[in-house]
Amino acid sequence: MATEAHGAEDKGLELVFHPMDQFIVKPLFGDGGVGTFTITNVTLWMAITVLAIVALLVLGTSGRNTVPSRIQSIAELAYGFIRKMVEDVAGKDALPYFPYIMTLFIFIVFSNFLGLLPGAFTTTSHIAVTAVMAMAVFLAVTILGFVKNGFGFLSVFWISSAPLPLRPILALIEVISYFVRPVSHSIRLAGNMMAGHAVIKVFAAFAPMVLIGWIGVLVTPLSIIAITAIYALEVLVAFIQAYVFTILTCVYLKDALHPHH
Amino acid sequence: MATETHEATGHGAAEAADVGMPQLDFTTYGNQIFWLVVTLVVIFFVLSRIALPRIAAVLAERQGTITNDLAAAEDLKVKAVEAEDAYNKALADARVEAQNIVNATKAEIKGQIDDAIAKADADISAKAAEGEKKIAEIRAGALESVKVVAKDTAKEIVAAMGGKADAKSVTAAITARMKG
Repeated sequence: MATEAHGAEDKGLELVFHPMDQFIVKPLFGDGGVGTFTITNVTLWMAITVLAIVALLVLGTSGRNTVPSRIQSIAELAYGFIRKMVEDVAGKDALPYFPYIMTLFIFIVFSNFLGLLPGAFTTTSHIAVTAVMAMAVFLAVTILGFVKNGFGFLSVFWISSAPLPLRPILALIEVISYFVRPVSHSIRLAGNMMAGHAVIKVFAAFAPMVLIGWIGVLVTPLSIIAITAIYALEVLVAFIQAYVFTILTCVYLKDALHPHH
Repeated sequence: MATETHEATGHGAAEAADVGMPQLDFTTYGNQIFWLVVTLVVIFFVLSRIALPRIAAVLAERQGTITNDLAAAEDLKVKAVEAEDAYNKALADARVEAQNIVNATKAEIKGQIDDAIAKADADISAKAAEGEKKIAEIRAGALESVKVVAKDTAKEIVAAMGGKADAKSVTAAITARMKG
């Protein structure tokens, strides 16, 4: 929001819309380009994510109390939530993969919520980030399916409960949907994160209208109310998208472990 | 933030802004993917080496504690029931014993009372018999005295009236009158 105010001063108080500026990846130090190993705002916010996770799951549980402290309760809640999800959705034999799924969930949920801080950079709003995670899940699940079931894994495409003439058509659809999985898996998360933050930014650009003209007396309160409402929605979305990403991972894992419908 | 905006509009990142969506600026992909992989690896090791085993241990320990506490509570409950039974038994025993003592004492006292009553009865009847005997003696003594007094008086009265009374007929008359 400071960005808009400053921009408005520069250009003689006119409305400035840069809703996508918040997603720009830029170096933290200096003005150079963004190389592979450059320390950028991505690095900063991922580091903050790691620190927050360590604070919750390591420092928060350092007491190892039988009667948990508040932070330890939250850590235990997160642990139990994901563990139960893995067990319920993918089955008991999926529990060895629980640490990987927990890693994904805790990273996404912390990135989403940290991205909601004013001025923060939302790492999960970038398709590059979510696509890597979705492709990792896709490849891991596919390889695991073949390793565990051999070519029997292909029966995941062969719907034995359907009438025989329909099966080849269904198999084609299943194969296409299987390969679309990583796309929908990644775009769903990045799109949700990006859209919400961009909408908040658009409303934020309307907020200084009161400095420009009398119409602002109406527009400014409305835009502030809208920011508040969308922000509340985004808090919900931040959790739900992390949940959806994780539970879909569990569903894909279930297909790999039990391909027979 | 303000300086960042200048940078953004001024230099390298300007291209990204021109594209419209920084998400589609492929020049930043290598950077993002590199740092993402580093982050995920760090998180994975923190979780799998420290956090998850610790939380699992805490949860298992809590479960164990709860199970132990429940078992201990069950034990204590059984002990409490046993203690109550023992108490009730002791109470019943004590009642029976007390009843026995009461009965024994009652019987003893009754025996004593009976003895005392029998003795008293015997004393009383002995004394009554003695008293009756004395009364009989006194009565006999009194009759004898009355006979003597009557004879003497009758002799005197006969003499006083000028008659001459022989002792024999007077005595016979008195005796006859006393019998009558």
